[in-house]
Amino acid sequence: MSEEMTTKTMTFEDKPVVLSVDHVYKNFKLPTEQATGLKQAFINWTRGIKGYKTQEVLKDISFQVHQGEFFGIVGRNGGGKSTLLKIISQIYYPNQGTVSVKGKLVPFIELGVGFNPELTGRENVYLNGCLLGFTNEEIDAMYDDIVEFAELEDFMDQKLKNYSSGMQVRLAFSVAIKAQGDILVLDEVLAVGDEAFQRKCDQFFTDVRKDPTKTVILVTHDMGSVKKYCTRAMMIKDGEVAAIGDKESVADQYTLANLEAEQKKAEKQRAKEEQKGLYPNGLNEHCPLLRTINVSPLICKSSDTFRFDVEYQYDEPGDFYLAIALHDIARGGITYDTGAKTFKMTKHGHQTVHFEMPLNLFNNGEFRLFTSLRTQSAVDPNNTDLVAVAIDDNACTFVIRDERNRDYALLSDRAMTITPTAEESGVEIVDPGLLAQLRINAGEAE
Amino acid sequence: MKAIEQLRDRYSYGLTILRGLVKTDFKLRYQGSFLGVAWSVLKPLMLFAVMYVVFGKFLRMTDGTPTYPVVLLLGICSWNFFGEATSIALHSIVDRGDLLRKIHFPNYIVVVSATLGSMISLGINYVVVLVFAFFNHVQFTWRVLLLPLNVFQLWVLALAFGLIFSTMYAYYRDIAHIWEVLQQIIFYGMPIIYPLSYAQEKGGEIGKFARLELLNPIAQSIQDIRHNFIAPATQPTVWNQFGGWIPRLFPIVLTVVLIVVGVYVFRRNSKKFAEVM
Repeated sequence: MSEEMTTKTMTFEDKPVVLSVDHVYKNFKLPTEQATGLKQAFINWTRGIKGYKTQEVLKDISFQVHQGEFFGIVGRNGGGKSTLLKIISQIYYPNQGTVSVKGKLVPFIELGVGFNPELTGRENVYLNGCLLGFTNEEIDAMYDDIVEFAELEDFMDQKLKNYSSGMQVRLAFSVAIKAQGDILVLDEVLAVGDEAFQRKCDQFFTDVRKDPTKTVILVTHDMGSVKKYCTRAMMIKDGEVAAIGDKESVADQYTLANLEAEQKKAEKQRAKEEQKGLYPNGLNEHCPLLRTINVSPLICKSSDTFRFDVEYQYDEPGDFYLAIALHDIARGGITYDTGAKTFKMTKHGHQTVHFEMPLNLFNNGEFRLFTSLRTQSAVDPNNTDLVAVAIDDNACTFVIRDERNRDYALLSDRAMTITPTAEESGVEIVDPGLLAQLRINAGEAE
Repeated sequence: MKAIEQLRDRYSYGLTILRGLVKTDFKLRYQGSFLGVAWSVLKPLMLFAVMYVVFGKFLRMTDGTPTYPVVLLLGICSWNFFGEATSIALHSIVDRGDLLRKIHFPNYIVVVSATLGSMISLGINYVVVLVFAFFNHVQFTWRVLLLPLNVFQLWVLALAFGLIFSTMYAYYRDIAHIWEVLQQIIFYGMPIIYPLSYAQEKGGEIGKFARLELLNPIAQSIQDIRHNFIAPATQPTVWNQFGGWIPRLFPIVLTVVLIVVGVYVFRRNSKKFAEVM
């Protein structure tokens, strides 16, 4: 595994650099007062008001992309991703630093730029193509491909305004991917379109990955597509490069940054609500405090045991119980539940209790723990009443990431296998990893 | 040879876009209207009819020559070109904002294409003027050959104003209104609906200074167009009204200054357009 990684790194560094971003710094002047008129500008000038405040969007960004790479840029909203993309595409200019590009760079900040509803499909293809920097002859050469890919042969002489929105997107995307640029810059274009369209995107990206002459720079929130397509990734945080290199580790860092940000937000929210004397969603005056807090780190391996605390405040007399449910966020559904009357609490007041659970059963995923506080139902002895539940910010979210795991199904091979029966001779197990796992499972069973 | 190739490489992208934008704009200009391109001809003709009746017949502002109606039409067409080109150019950067924020291309092209679109209308109008001129038995002279130079100067002026105003408009939307008013002032400060001789004769004391109007490069180029195209005998120009070379060359120098300032201002600010709009 590690050997394979090093050979991969070697190959991309051997290739020539096609995009080099060197110490780029960018700030924006955000108007504090509405200054679109001469009057306001004059008033501000006479008063000596600047009328804007400076916001640093990119602080010191340096990186290089080599030919043939599929380079992912991730980061939280407002982190400067799109600004960086626009600087790479030379739509914005950096205040300091330089960007140098070798080859033809085709940016797709948006699909169908310059599309005009009053023009026909054919005219729009030519207009869009020429805006992207292609000559008429070049577009002539691409035209049939584009139309075929968009499956719009019968509609090219119709005005664009008579197209359905799906047809418009198809046309725009066809132009985008059939455009023969050397470097493609894509900003979240994957987020649109129906399933069939998504499949086409998928096919295109898989193909372009194999082409050693094409370089792709993709900005996205979707860790799935980063892991699937990218050869390398970079994370931007607060205008700086927070991580660059192996896509897996960058993706994990991004997930962690998101979780941390959520936690911070939750704490702020709690502080605010405490000040106001309000109870967070799910809590009330009987139980003003109930939260699930991680003790283990938020990103775990399958071999880890996840430890967490439940903190509560309950002062009413009588028996009460804690019930904990494990939800699978990405796949949906309730993975596990302790049952309502399993944990009877022995201490009233403000308490913290510790729990743990094994993670070995699961494949990679994002999970959330919900804790509820219950009392004996007065009407039905077999049932409990819900007093409070730790949802939203009081719930605990964690992530499982393990090289041994796969991403698709919930249960790992270690927890579950499907095997051909002993008599079956028509099945051969291809994956050696799975075979080894099967042997382990069999050994354990014995 | 190599220099030419380099130049072509540098500007071929711009030229392709320019061609695309001009074509699109012209196609879309009269989109959905019943008469289509005919409006390019009809609009100045109608304006001409109104002005000819009001100023020529009622107010008797003519210079009495038989070519006066054609000269009036020519003046109106030329001024219309200037007014239209500058107004469209003024809005062009902001109107094309969606483009400028999404892809990188030399954004002066947007302004140039705006002025060139009006140039097409001007060409059509000149054909109409030519037809009128034939019916009016206008005697053409070798001076017609100078016409392209004069039209070029008028276009350069329109482009200069377009570059300056489109830059200002990106920051301050007031410019659109200011320019509308300024256009009226400039229009009446030029011998277009009235002959220069009319102002000189009826203007009294001030009339003596009427020829100074010709120092305005817009007036100078439009008068040159009239002089060279239709009526060399009757149309006063800066060349036959002033003796010294300083006043004669003044409008030309001013034109050059304006375009240099325009290009400078535009280039200085063009990198910021995508951000400030």
